[in-house]
Amino acid sequence: MSEIAIEASGLTRYYGSKPIVRQIDFAVPRGSVTGLLGLNGTGKTTTIRILVGLLAPTRGRSAVLGIDSQQLSPSDRARIGFAVEGHFLYNWMSVAACERFQSGTFPRWDSRLFRDTIDRFGISLDTKVSQLSRGQRAGVSLALTLSSLPELLILDDPALGLDPVNRRALNETILEFVQSGDRTALLSSHLLDDVERIADRILIMVNGRIAVDCPLESLVDRVSCCTVELDDDTTKLGQIPRLIHARRVGKRCVLTLVDFDSQTQDALQRIGGENLSRNPAAFDEAAIAYLSRSRGSESFFTPSQP
Amino acid sequence: MRIRIVAGSSAPIYKQIVDAIRRTIATGELAVGETLPSVRQLAKELVINPNTVAKAYAELVQSGLVETQAGRGFFVTKRRCVYSKTERMRRLDESIQSLIGQAIAMDFTPDEALDRVRELFEKALRNPSHSN
Repeated sequence: MSEIAIEASGLTRYYGSKPIVRQIDFAVPRGSVTGLLGLNGTGKTTTIRILVGLLAPTRGRSAVLGIDSQQLSPSDRARIGFAVEGHFLYNWMSVAACERFQSGTFPRWDSRLFRDTIDRFGISLDTKVSQLSRGQRAGVSLALTLSSLPELLILDDPALGLDPVNRRALNETILEFVQSGDRTALLSSHLLDDVERIADRILIMVNGRIAVDCPLESLVDRVSCCTVELDDDTTKLGQIPRLIHARRVGKRCVLTLVDFDSQTQDALQRIGGENLSRNPAAFDEAAIAYLSRSRGSESFFTPSQP
Repeated sequence: MRIRIVAGSSAPIYKQIVDAIRRTIATGELAVGETLPSVRQLAKELVINPNTVAKAYAELVQSGLVETQAGRGFFVTKRRCVYSKTERMRRLDESIQSLIGQAIAMDFTPDEALDRVRELFEKALRNPSHSN
Protein backbone atom coordinates (compact mmCIF):
# COMPACT_ATOMS: atom_id res chain seq x y z
CA MET A 1 0.00 0.00 0.00
CA SER A 2 1.35 3.38 -1.02
CA GLU A 3 2.41 5.83 1.68
CA ILE A 4 0.76 8.64 -0.26
CA ALA A 5 -3.02 8.98 0.03
CA ILE A 6 -3.52 11.90 -2.35
CA GLU A 7 -1.22 13.06 -5.08
CA ALA A 8 -1.54 15.88 -7.60
CA SER A 9 0.95 16.68 -10.32
CA GLY A 10 0.73 19.62 -12.67
CA LEU A 11 -2.99 19.78 -11.93
CA THR A 12 -4.63 22.61 -13.85
CA ARG A 13 -8.23 23.57 -14.45
CA TYR A 14 -9.65 26.39 -16.54
CA TYR A 15 -13.20 27.67 -16.50
CA GLY A 16 -13.47 29.19 -19.97
CA SER A 17 -10.28 31.18 -20.39
CA LYS A 18 -9.85 31.65 -16.67
CA PRO A 19 -7.34 29.42 -14.85
CA ILE A 20 -8.75 28.48 -11.44
CA VAL A 21 -6.26 25.78 -10.45
CA ARG A 22 -2.80 26.41 -11.83
CA GLN A 23 -0.24 23.71 -12.22
CA ILE A 24 -0.37 22.42 -8.66
CA ASP A 25 1.69 19.62 -7.16
CA PHE A 26 1.22 18.21 -3.69
CA ALA A 27 1.12 14.96 -1.79
CA VAL A 28 -0.88 14.01 1.30
CA PRO A 29 0.80 11.22 3.29
CA ARG A 30 -1.32 8.38 4.64
CA GLY A 31 -2.36 8.80 8.24
CA SER A 32 -2.15 12.57 8.22
CA VAL A 33 -4.80 15.17 8.90
CA THR A 34 -4.18 17.88 6.33
CA GLY A 35 -5.76 21.30 6.57
CA LEU A 36 -6.37 22.99 3.22
CA LEU A 37 -6.45 26.75 3.68
CA GLY A 38 -7.23 29.41 1.12
CA LEU A 39 -9.41 32.45 0.65
CA ASN A 40 -12.79 32.09 -1.03
CA GLY A 41 -12.39 31.60 -4.76
CA THR A 42 -8.77 30.38 -4.72
CA GLY A 43 -9.62 26.98 -6.14
CA LYS A 44 -9.97 24.78 -3.05
CA THR A 45 -13.34 23.33 -3.99
CA THR A 46 -12.32 22.94 -7.63
CA THR A 47 -9.23 21.02 -6.52
CA ILE A 48 -11.29 18.80 -4.24
CA ARG A 49 -13.82 18.11 -6.99
CA ILE A 50 -11.02 17.04 -9.32
CA LEU A 51 -9.51 14.80 -6.62
CA VAL A 52 -12.73 12.87 -6.11
CA GLY A 53 -13.33 12.59 -9.85
CA LEU A 54 -16.34 14.88 -10.12
CA LEU A 55 -14.50 17.23 -12.44
CA ALA A 56 -11.85 16.60 -15.08
CA PRO A 57 -8.65 18.61 -14.97
CA THR A 58 -7.71 20.66 -18.02
CA ARG A 59 -4.14 19.40 -17.64
CA GLY A 60 -2.18 17.30 -15.18
CA ARG A 61 -3.34 14.39 -13.08
CA SER A 62 -4.31 13.43 -9.57
CA ALA A 63 -4.61 10.15 -7.75
CA VAL A 64 -6.39 9.12 -4.55
CA LEU A 65 -5.42 5.91 -2.72
CA GLY A 66 -3.09 5.25 -5.63
CA ILE A 67 -5.85 5.32 -8.26
CA ASP A 68 -6.22 8.00 -10.93
CA SER A 69 -9.07 10.32 -9.90
CA GLN A 70 -10.62 10.09 -13.36
CA GLN A 71 -10.68 6.27 -13.30
CA LEU A 72 -12.34 5.62 -9.94
CA SER A 73 -14.65 2.61 -9.96
CA PRO A 74 -17.66 2.42 -7.62
CA SER A 75 -15.71 0.13 -5.27
CA ASP A 76 -12.81 2.63 -5.22
CA ARG A 77 -15.26 5.39 -4.40
CA ALA A 78 -16.61 3.37 -1.50
CA ARG A 79 -13.17 3.71 0.11
CA ILE A 80 -13.42 7.51 0.02
CA GLY A 81 -15.66 9.57 2.25
CA PHE A 82 -16.45 12.89 0.63
CA ALA A 83 -18.65 15.59 2.13
CA VAL A 84 -19.55 18.51 -0.12
CA GLU A 85 -19.54 22.08 1.08
CA GLY A 86 -22.79 23.17 2.71
CA HIS A 87 -23.91 19.81 4.16
CA PHE A 88 -26.46 18.97 1.52
CA LEU A 89 -29.32 16.79 2.77
CA TYR A 90 -32.86 16.16 1.50
CA ASN A 91 -35.20 18.24 3.61
CA TRP A 92 -38.14 15.83 3.42
CA MET A 93 -36.20 12.92 4.90
CA SER A 94 -35.86 11.95 8.54
CA VAL A 95 -32.34 11.32 9.86
CA ALA A 96 -33.11 7.58 9.84
CA ALA A 97 -34.16 7.81 6.18
CA CYS A 98 -30.91 9.62 5.36
CA GLU A 99 -29.02 6.72 6.89
CA ARG A 100 -31.02 4.08 4.99
CA PHE A 101 -30.59 6.01 1.74
CA GLN A 102 -26.85 6.47 2.13
CA SER A 103 -26.05 3.02 3.54
CA GLY A 104 -27.71 1.37 0.53
CA THR A 105 -24.97 2.68 -1.72
CA PHE A 106 -22.01 1.40 0.32
CA PRO A 107 -20.78 -2.17 0.78
CA ARG A 108 -19.85 -1.53 4.41
CA TRP A 109 -21.88 0.40 6.93
CA ASP A 110 -21.35 0.96 10.65
CA SER A 111 -24.73 1.85 12.17
CA ARG A 112 -23.22 2.05 15.61
CA LEU A 113 -20.79 4.73 14.46
CA PHE A 114 -23.65 6.59 12.76
CA ARG A 115 -25.65 6.62 15.98
CA ASP A 116 -22.68 7.58 18.13
CA THR A 117 -21.83 10.46 15.81
CA ILE A 118 -25.31 11.96 15.62
CA ASP A 119 -25.58 11.49 19.35
CA ARG A 120 -22.52 13.66 19.82
CA PHE A 121 -24.28 16.42 17.89
CA GLY A 122 -27.44 15.95 19.98
CA ILE A 123 -29.56 14.55 17.15
CA SER A 124 -32.05 11.69 17.27
CA LEU A 125 -32.92 9.34 14.39
CA ASP A 126 -36.53 10.41 14.04
CA THR A 127 -35.79 14.11 13.56
CA LYS A 128 -36.75 15.59 10.21
CA VAL A 129 -33.87 17.11 8.25
CA SER A 130 -35.92 20.28 7.79
CA GLN A 131 -35.92 20.75 11.57
CA LEU A 132 -32.16 20.42 12.04
CA SER A 133 -30.01 23.39 12.98
CA ARG A 134 -27.03 24.15 10.81
CA GLY A 135 -24.68 22.46 13.29
CA GLN A 136 -26.89 19.39 13.38
CA ARG A 137 -26.96 19.21 9.58
CA ALA A 138 -23.17 19.17 9.72
CA GLY A 139 -23.38 16.35 12.26
CA VAL A 140 -25.68 14.25 10.07
CA SER A 141 -23.56 14.93 7.01
CA LEU A 142 -20.42 13.91 8.88
CA ALA A 143 -22.09 10.77 10.28
CA LEU A 144 -23.23 9.79 6.78
CA THR A 145 -19.69 10.28 5.47
CA LEU A 146 -17.92 8.34 8.23
CA SER A 147 -20.24 5.39 8.62
CA SER A 148 -19.12 3.77 5.37
CA LEU A 149 -15.71 3.52 7.10
CA PRO A 150 -13.71 5.20 4.32
CA GLU A 151 -9.90 5.02 4.27
CA LEU A 152 -9.73 8.56 2.99
CA LEU A 153 -11.86 11.42 4.24
CA ILE A 154 -12.22 14.56 2.12
CA LEU A 155 -14.32 17.26 3.75
CA ASP A 156 -15.06 20.54 2.01
CA ASP A 157 -15.40 23.21 4.70
CA PRO A 158 -17.10 20.96 7.27
CA ALA A 159 -16.97 23.63 10.00
CA LEU A 160 -18.79 26.30 8.00
CA GLY A 161 -21.12 28.22 10.29
CA LEU A 162 -20.82 25.93 13.32
CA ASP A 163 -21.09 27.12 16.91
CA PRO A 164 -18.22 26.36 19.33
CA VAL A 165 -19.87 23.27 20.80
CA ASN A 166 -20.51 21.70 17.41
CA ARG A 167 -17.01 22.65 16.27
CA ARG A 168 -15.62 20.71 19.16
CA ALA A 169 -17.86 17.75 18.34
CA LEU A 170 -16.63 17.93 14.75
CA ASN A 171 -12.96 18.09 15.75
CA GLU A 172 -13.32 15.20 18.18
CA THR A 173 -15.13 13.09 15.62
CA ILE A 174 -12.55 13.69 12.89
CA LEU A 175 -9.58 13.00 15.18
CA GLU A 176 -11.10 9.83 16.59
CA PHE A 177 -12.02 8.56 13.18
CA VAL A 178 -8.56 9.06 11.72
CA GLN A 179 -6.99 7.34 14.73
CA SER A 180 -9.35 4.40 14.63
CA GLY A 181 -7.50 2.91 11.67
CA ASP A 182 -4.99 3.61 8.97
CA ARG A 183 -6.95 6.60 7.74
CA THR A 184 -6.23 9.95 6.17
CA ALA A 185 -8.18 13.20 6.18
CA LEU A 186 -8.06 16.29 4.01
CA LEU A 187 -10.28 19.15 5.07
CA SER A 188 -10.65 22.66 3.83
CA SER A 189 -11.42 25.31 6.41
CA HIS A 190 -11.28 28.97 7.31
CA LEU A 191 -11.06 28.28 11.03
CA LEU A 192 -7.36 28.62 11.74
CA ASP A 193 -7.69 27.76 15.44
CA ASP A 194 -9.39 24.46 14.68
CA VAL A 195 -6.91 23.61 11.95
CA GLU A 196 -4.04 24.33 14.34
CA ARG A 197 -5.53 21.84 16.78
CA ILE A 198 -6.40 18.95 14.55
CA ALA A 199 -4.12 19.10 11.51
CA ASP A 200 -0.56 17.86 11.30
CA ARG A 201 -0.02 19.06 7.73
CA ILE A 202 -0.90 22.30 6.02
CA LEU A 203 -1.66 23.14 2.42
CA ILE A 204 -2.22 26.80 1.60
CA MET A 205 -3.63 27.79 -1.77
CA VAL A 206 -3.14 31.30 -3.10
CA ASN A 207 -4.58 32.30 -6.48
CA GLY A 208 -4.93 28.75 -7.70
CA ARG A 209 -1.43 27.71 -6.66
CA ILE A 210 -0.01 25.87 -3.68
CA ALA A 211 1.97 28.34 -1.58
CA VAL A 212 2.60 26.04 1.38
CA ASP A 213 2.80 22.26 1.64
CA CYS A 214 4.51 21.16 4.85
CA PRO A 215 4.02 19.76 8.35
CA LEU A 216 2.18 22.24 10.56
CA GLU A 217 5.08 22.56 12.98
CA SER A 218 7.60 23.47 10.28
CA LEU A 219 5.33 26.31 9.19
CA VAL A 220 5.41 27.63 12.75
CA ASP A 221 9.13 26.97 13.17
CA ARG A 222 10.20 28.65 9.94
CA VAL A 223 8.03 31.75 9.83
CA SER A 224 8.84 34.79 11.92
CA CYS A 225 7.53 38.33 12.27
CA CYS A 226 9.76 41.35 12.31
CA THR A 227 8.86 44.98 12.99
CA VAL A 228 10.95 47.58 11.19
CA GLU A 229 10.85 51.33 10.77
CA LEU A 230 10.73 52.24 7.10
CA ASP A 231 10.24 55.40 5.08
CA ASP A 232 7.39 55.59 2.61
CA ASP A 233 9.23 53.81 -0.17
CA THR A 234 7.74 50.35 0.17
CA THR A 235 9.10 49.26 -3.22
CA LYS A 236 12.35 48.54 -1.37
CA LEU A 237 10.60 45.67 0.36
CA GLY A 238 10.98 43.70 -2.85
CA GLN A 239 14.69 43.36 -2.06
CA ILE A 240 14.09 41.37 1.10
CA PRO A 241 14.55 37.68 0.43
CA ARG A 242 11.82 35.28 1.53
CA LEU A 243 9.40 38.01 2.53
CA ILE A 244 5.89 36.58 2.73
CA HIS A 245 3.92 39.64 3.56
CA ALA A 246 4.36 43.21 4.75
CA ARG A 247 1.79 45.21 6.63
CA ARG A 248 2.05 48.87 7.49
CA VAL A 249 1.14 49.96 11.03
CA GLY A 250 1.65 53.71 11.31
CA LYS A 251 5.34 54.46 10.78
CA ARG A 252 6.30 50.87 11.18
CA CYS A 253 6.08 47.87 8.99
CA VAL A 254 5.36 44.35 10.21
CA LEU A 255 7.16 41.90 7.97
CA THR A 256 6.41 38.20 7.94
CA LEU A 257 9.39 36.21 6.72
CA VAL A 258 10.28 32.60 6.18
CA ASP A 259 13.71 31.16 7.07
CA PHE A 260 15.13 34.41 8.47
CA ASP A 261 18.92 34.37 8.15
CA SER A 262 21.91 36.66 7.72
CA GLN A 263 20.86 37.44 4.14
CA THR A 264 17.52 38.71 5.38
CA GLN A 265 19.26 40.67 8.10
CA ASP A 266 21.64 42.25 5.55
CA ALA A 267 18.80 43.14 3.21
CA LEU A 268 16.92 44.82 6.06
CA GLN A 269 19.99 46.88 6.88
CA ARG A 270 20.60 47.79 3.22
CA ILE A 271 17.15 49.22 2.74
CA GLY A 272 17.61 51.27 5.88
CA GLY A 273 14.95 49.59 7.95
CA GLU A 274 16.14 49.52 11.52
CA ASN A 275 15.55 46.06 12.87
CA LEU A 276 13.37 46.61 15.91
CA SER A 277 12.29 43.17 16.99
CA ARG A 278 11.74 39.68 15.73
CA ASN A 279 9.43 37.01 17.11
CA PRO A 280 8.42 33.56 15.99
CA ALA A 281 5.07 33.75 14.21
CA ALA A 282 1.99 32.15 15.69
CA PHE A 283 0.26 29.65 13.42
CA ASP A 284 -2.52 32.06 12.51
CA GLU A 285 -0.09 34.90 11.78
CA ALA A 286 1.91 32.67 9.46
CA ALA A 287 -1.21 31.42 7.70
CA ILE A 288 -2.75 34.88 7.35
CA ALA A 289 0.50 36.25 5.95
CA TYR A 290 0.40 33.70 3.14
CA LEU A 291 -3.30 34.17 2.58
CA SER A 292 -2.92 37.93 2.25
CA ARG A 293 -0.01 37.82 -0.12
CA SER A 294 -0.57 40.02 -3.08
CA ARG A 295 2.88 40.13 -4.55
CA GLY A 296 3.74 37.52 -7.13
CA SER A 297 2.77 33.94 -6.66
CA GLU A 298 6.10 32.19 -6.43
CA SER A 299 6.19 29.52 -3.82
CA PHE A 300 8.40 29.60 -0.76
CA PHE A 301 7.37 26.26 0.66
CA THR A 302 7.54 23.51 -1.86
CA PRO A 303 7.85 19.80 -1.21
CA SER A 304 11.45 19.91 -2.48
CA GLN A 305 12.47 22.17 0.39
CA PRO A 306 13.38 20.39 3.64
CA MET B 1 -2.85 17.00 35.91
CA ARG B 2 -4.76 19.75 34.20
CA ILE B 3 -3.40 21.28 31.00
CA ARG B 4 -5.04 24.10 29.15
CA ILE B 5 -4.04 24.93 25.64
CA VAL B 6 -5.04 27.84 23.45
CA ALA B 7 -5.01 27.78 19.67
CA GLY B 8 -3.92 31.00 17.96
CA SER B 9 -1.41 31.79 20.69
CA SER B 10 2.12 32.92 19.94
CA ALA B 11 3.30 29.69 21.56
CA PRO B 12 2.71 26.65 19.34
CA ILE B 13 0.44 24.04 20.92
CA TYR B 14 3.25 21.51 21.49
CA LYS B 15 5.22 24.18 23.34
CA GLN B 16 2.23 24.95 25.56
CA ILE B 17 2.08 21.27 26.51
CA VAL B 18 5.83 21.17 27.23
CA ASP B 19 5.57 24.25 29.45
CA ALA B 20 2.49 22.96 31.27
CA ILE B 21 4.12 19.61 32.04
CA ARG B 22 7.36 21.28 33.10
CA ARG B 23 5.29 23.33 35.52
CA THR B 24 3.43 20.36 36.97
CA ILE B 25 6.77 18.60 37.48
CA ALA B 26 8.34 21.70 39.03
CA THR B 27 5.51 22.17 41.50
CA GLY B 28 5.64 18.52 42.46
CA GLU B 29 2.13 17.85 41.22
CA LEU B 30 3.72 15.12 39.11
CA ALA B 31 6.34 13.39 41.23
CA VAL B 32 9.38 11.40 40.14
CA GLY B 33 8.31 8.02 38.83
CA GLU B 34 4.74 9.04 38.08
CA THR B 35 3.49 8.40 34.56
CA LEU B 36 2.20 10.98 32.13
CA PRO B 37 -1.07 10.34 30.32
CA SER B 38 -0.52 8.39 27.10
CA VAL B 39 -0.15 10.36 23.87
CA ARG B 40 -3.57 9.23 22.67
CA GLN B 41 -5.25 9.93 25.94
CA LEU B 42 -3.89 13.47 26.23
CA ALA B 43 -4.65 14.18 22.55
CA LYS B 44 -8.21 13.05 23.10
CA GLU B 45 -8.59 15.10 26.25
CA LEU B 46 -7.29 18.27 24.61
CA VAL B 47 -8.94 17.56 21.22
CA ILE B 48 -5.71 17.95 19.30
CA ASN B 49 -3.70 15.93 16.82
CA PRO B 50 -1.76 13.13 18.58
CA ASN B 51 1.39 14.03 16.63
CA THR B 52 1.42 17.34 18.49
CA VAL B 53 1.42 15.55 21.85
CA ALA B 54 4.10 13.15 20.57
CA LYS B 55 6.28 16.11 19.63
CA ALA B 56 5.84 17.67 23.08
CA TYR B 57 6.73 14.39 24.79
CA ALA B 58 9.78 13.99 22.56
CA GLU B 59 10.97 17.40 23.68
CA LEU B 60 10.44 16.53 27.35
CA VAL B 61 12.43 13.32 26.85
CA GLN B 62 15.15 15.29 25.08
CA SER B 63 15.42 17.71 27.97
CA GLY B 64 15.74 14.82 30.43
CA LEU B 65 12.61 15.57 32.46
CA VAL B 66 10.76 12.55 31.21
CA GLU B 67 11.82 9.05 30.25
CA THR B 68 10.14 6.48 28.14
CA GLN B 69 10.22 2.71 28.36
CA ALA B 70 8.57 0.47 25.84
CA GLY B 71 5.23 -0.67 27.17
CA ARG B 72 5.39 1.53 30.25
CA GLY B 73 4.75 4.87 28.61
CA PHE B 74 6.26 8.15 29.73
CA PHE B 75 7.21 8.91 33.31
CA VAL B 76 8.95 11.63 35.27
CA THR B 77 12.64 10.99 35.81
CA LYS B 78 14.95 11.79 38.67
CA ARG B 79 16.34 15.18 37.97
CA ARG B 80 19.83 15.07 36.66
CA CYS B 81 21.92 17.58 34.85
CA VAL B 82 21.78 17.11 31.13
CA TYR B 83 23.86 20.17 30.30
CA SER B 84 27.61 20.46 29.83
CA LYS B 85 29.57 22.57 32.34
CA THR B 86 29.71 25.62 30.08
CA GLU B 87 26.10 25.30 28.99
CA ARG B 88 25.03 25.04 32.60
CA MET B 89 26.92 28.22 33.41
CA ARG B 90 25.66 30.00 30.32
CA ARG B 91 22.06 29.26 31.30
CA LEU B 92 22.62 30.46 34.83
CA ASP B 93 24.26 33.67 33.57
CA GLU B 94 21.35 34.30 31.25
CA SER B 95 18.85 34.25 34.11
CA ILE B 96 21.13 36.33 36.30
CA GLN B 97 21.52 38.98 33.60
CA SER B 98 17.79 39.44 33.42
CA LEU B 99 17.57 39.59 37.21
CA ILE B 100 20.33 42.22 37.35
CA GLY B 101 18.55 44.25 34.68
CA GLN B 102 15.34 44.26 36.72
CA ALA B 103 17.17 45.00 39.96
CA ILE B 104 19.00 48.00 38.49
CA ALA B 105 15.82 49.34 36.92
CA MET B 106 14.13 49.27 40.32
CA ASP B 107 17.10 50.78 42.21
CA PHE B 108 18.10 47.75 44.28
CA THR B 109 21.66 47.70 45.59
CA PRO B 110 23.71 44.56 44.83
CA ASP B 111 23.57 43.56 48.51
CA GLU B 112 19.81 43.94 48.74
CA ALA B 113 19.34 41.82 45.65
CA LEU B 114 21.83 39.19 46.78
CA ASP B 115 20.26 38.89 50.24
CA ARG B 116 16.89 38.36 48.67
CA VAL B 117 18.24 35.75 46.27
CA ARG B 118 19.86 33.87 49.15
CA GLU B 119 16.67 34.02 51.19
CA LEU B 120 14.43 32.69 48.42
CA PHE B 121 17.00 30.11 47.34
CA GLU B 122 17.15 28.63 50.81
CA LYS B 123 13.41 28.67 51.13
CA ALA B 124 13.13 26.76 47.86
CA LEU B 125 15.58 24.12 49.07
CA ARG B 126 13.62 23.65 52.30
CA ASN B 127 10.38 23.36 50.37
CA PRO B 128 11.25 21.57 47.14
CA SER B 129 7.73 21.59 45.74
CA HIS B 130 8.18 25.22 44.81
CA SER B 131 11.56 25.01 43.21
CA ASN B 132 12.32 24.24 39.63
